[in-house]
Amino acid sequence: MSVLVQPRSTGSGPIIDFHREASCLEIEDLSLAYGDKPALRGLTLRVPRHRVTAFIGPSGCGKSTLLRALNRLHDLNEEVSHEGKVLLEGRDIHDPEVAVAELRRRVGMVFQVPNPFPMSIYDNVAFGLRLLGGMRRRQMDDVVEWALTSAALWHEVKDRLRASAWSLSGGQQQRLVIARTLAVRPEVLLLDEPASALDPISTLKIEELIRNLKSQLTLVLVTHNMQQAARVSDYTAFLQEGELVEYGPTDTLFTNPRLRRTENYITGRMA
Amino acid sequence: MMSHDLTRGEGPWPWLAAGSVALSLLMLGALLVLLAGRGLGHFWPAPVALVELENGRWLAGEAVKEARLPGAEGSGTRGRERLYRTANRDLDDGIWTWVALETIADVGYPDELVVLERRRWGDFIGRLMAVERDGRPLGEGKSAWTVLQARLVELEVLRDEQARLRRKTIMPLAARLATGPDAEASRDLARANAQLRELRAEMGRDRLVLESADGRRLEQPLVEVVRAWRPNAMSPVEKLAAWGQGVWRFLAEGPRAANTAGGVWPAIFGTVLMVLLMSVLVTPFGVLAAIYLNEVAHQGRFTRLVRIAVRNLAGVPSIVYGVFGLGVFVHGIGGSLDAWFFEEALPSPTFGTGGLLWASLTLALLTLPVVIVATEEGLARIPDQQREGALALGATRLEMLTRVVLPMATPAMLTGLILAVARAAGEVAPLMLVGVAKLAPQVPVDGDFPFLHLERKFMHLGYHIFDTAFHGGDVQAALPLVYATALLLVLVILVLNLTAIFLRHHLKVRHGALPRV
Repeated sequence: MSVLVQPRSTGSGPIIDFHREASCLEIEDLSLAYGDKPALRGLTLRVPRHRVTAFIGPSGCGKSTLLRALNRLHDLNEEVSHEGKVLLEGRDIHDPEVAVAELRRRVGMVFQVPNPFPMSIYDNVAFGLRLLGGMRRRQMDDVVEWALTSAALWHEVKDRLRASAWSLSGGQQQRLVIARTLAVRPEVLLLDEPASALDPISTLKIEELIRNLKSQLTLVLVTHNMQQAARVSDYTAFLQEGELVEYGPTDTLFTNPRLRRTENYITGRMA
Repeated sequence: MMSHDLTRGEGPWPWLAAGSVALSLLMLGALLVLLAGRGLGHFWPAPVALVELENGRWLAGEAVKEARLPGAEGSGTRGRERLYRTANRDLDDGIWTWVALETIADVGYPDELVVLERRRWGDFIGRLMAVERDGRPLGEGKSAWTVLQARLVELEVLRDEQARLRRKTIMPLAARLATGPDAEASRDLARANAQLRELRAEMGRDRLVLESADGRRLEQPLVEVVRAWRPNAMSPVEKLAAWGQGVWRFLAEGPRAANTAGGVWPAIFGTVLMVLLMSVLVTPFGVLAAIYLNEVAHQGRFTRLVRIAVRNLAGVPSIVYGVFGLGVFVHGIGGSLDAWFFEEALPSPTFGTGGLLWASLTLALLTLPVVIVATEEGLARIPDQQREGALALGATRLEMLTRVVLPMATPAMLTGLILAVARAAGEVAPLMLVGVAKLAPQVPVDGDFPFLHLERKFMHLGYHIFDTAFHGGDVQAALPLVYATALLLVLVILVLNLTAIFLRHHLKVRHGALPRV
């Protein structure tokens, strides 16, 4: 592990040296297959702490698969097999001693389609807290308010916390889901195309939220909107056919890609 | 949604489709109207005709229907006959009289004709001459009717007192004595029995002197009279009140005269209790099976096979389940239970014979596929994002199931339960093998420990219909009760279903509709 320098800046200012960033997640030679169909082939990359890392690539390139491998959501599918390691703060997440529920609490995830549970707004945010248990009513109220505030939703819903979460708009629902994830204080937040089902204004709100959240945690974003990746991420990884093609600071990757394949993709000249 | 204008040129198929809907609705309406008309009409006090025949005979009765004499020609009154319900089974042989219309000299509706509903011999139709107490007249002629009504009210009070004495004093004392000798209890019991005898003597003091339309006299102990009315003298409001009373007695009382008269309360109670018990048994099994098939099991050839088998089970004829219930539950499990725990009662069986528990279990088995299929469909409709959302928050699979998936699938489970109830409440065939009784005036719930008597036989509306219609002595007389019972069965199922639908709606409102994906 290379904890050399703590990041100096958390804004979208000039990016400091990539190789001196502290890693939060380290993916080492990760391969993954659905049955006998390979989806990821020997990926190795580091996700720096308190930064936004974006995975981009054409549909079917494996970027969502990679994201779901980071909190072992593939465990549900019996056909999925993997090789290689994923280290969270230096510890392999596939270690038999790692409790998968605990892992998923530390590595939260937000999906493409907003998926609030069929309960009240308050109960949605408190869901993870209640799973943990041992929290007083007053304490829970505070955490719910804090999470909703962090997700920039508090002012819109504070008067109707008892209303059904499904009465919210799509953008509000997605921010509610983010608040729900934040409430259990994860270290990493995985976002799987979080804005692709939303209108432009809601998308902007989500992007602003992502930029603000990186002071608290590490974010990994999957998107096929390259402008979005350019707007919000500090680092970008370009994947193609299950392989990592190029990975580096977002500015460098978009303005001065090393490889031809990357350039073709970001300029829209994909065959 | 597209709406099709029937008049626009789309060919005949929209008409065909709309026509089938209209026809179905019409048939459903006709069914309910028939049941309601025939069944509820029975309780309406029909006018009683006093008929003078050309040969000088008289008869009194309610006109029921008219028919053409076999082989007769002609029109108008020629060749037609009319059926009168003349009652008085104790005076005549039957209660029906066919009269050829040509032989009728005169028909009148005198006010003084009374109809008495009696505990024995069925109804009496004729004139009330006098009310006597201990052989001395209390009222004669016109005043007799007023006296009779007063006496009936007093009789009702005495009956209530008698029932209360039996229930509150005698039965507990008898139960105490059954456990062992108890001097105090037997003294109290003797006193209570003496009280009971006094009441019975008091009730037996009054007699009615009656006269049939053709002048035959009859002495009738008042204690056997349940109700008396003079239909020709009643105003519509009084008739309505009498009708309401009749319907209420039908609902609230037990059957009399081998199920051809009286009420159906034990059958209503038995039906509802059995259905509720069945629901309690079938829901957990069905839901767990559906959860296993949909959420736990590896989706492969085996689960597909199981699914097909479950769906086919829904099509097995119900009598087959009855046979299974008889063999496995009644003889197998029930017989073993008797051998282990109720040996002192053998050879008379306790659980080794048909009873409420075995009937409910058999019907639970019968409706299990319905609940499984409906629940599975509900589970399959829940988007995977909901499951993943819960897991991503650190929920275990059990927590995901109980906190997110099952609440969302509850409406579907209730739909399954509604279908199960609708099927179970109407089943008769398997029940005949596993526990329904022609007459079980003791409902399976009472004040004796353990309060709910699962081993008892019970009455069921469906079987009651079958029994009344085919096993009574006089089908014609029992037919209105058959219609009324059938209507009641429909209403009971309706109420049970509405309860579940209301519950489902309530849950849907709480959780909101499923999001469109």
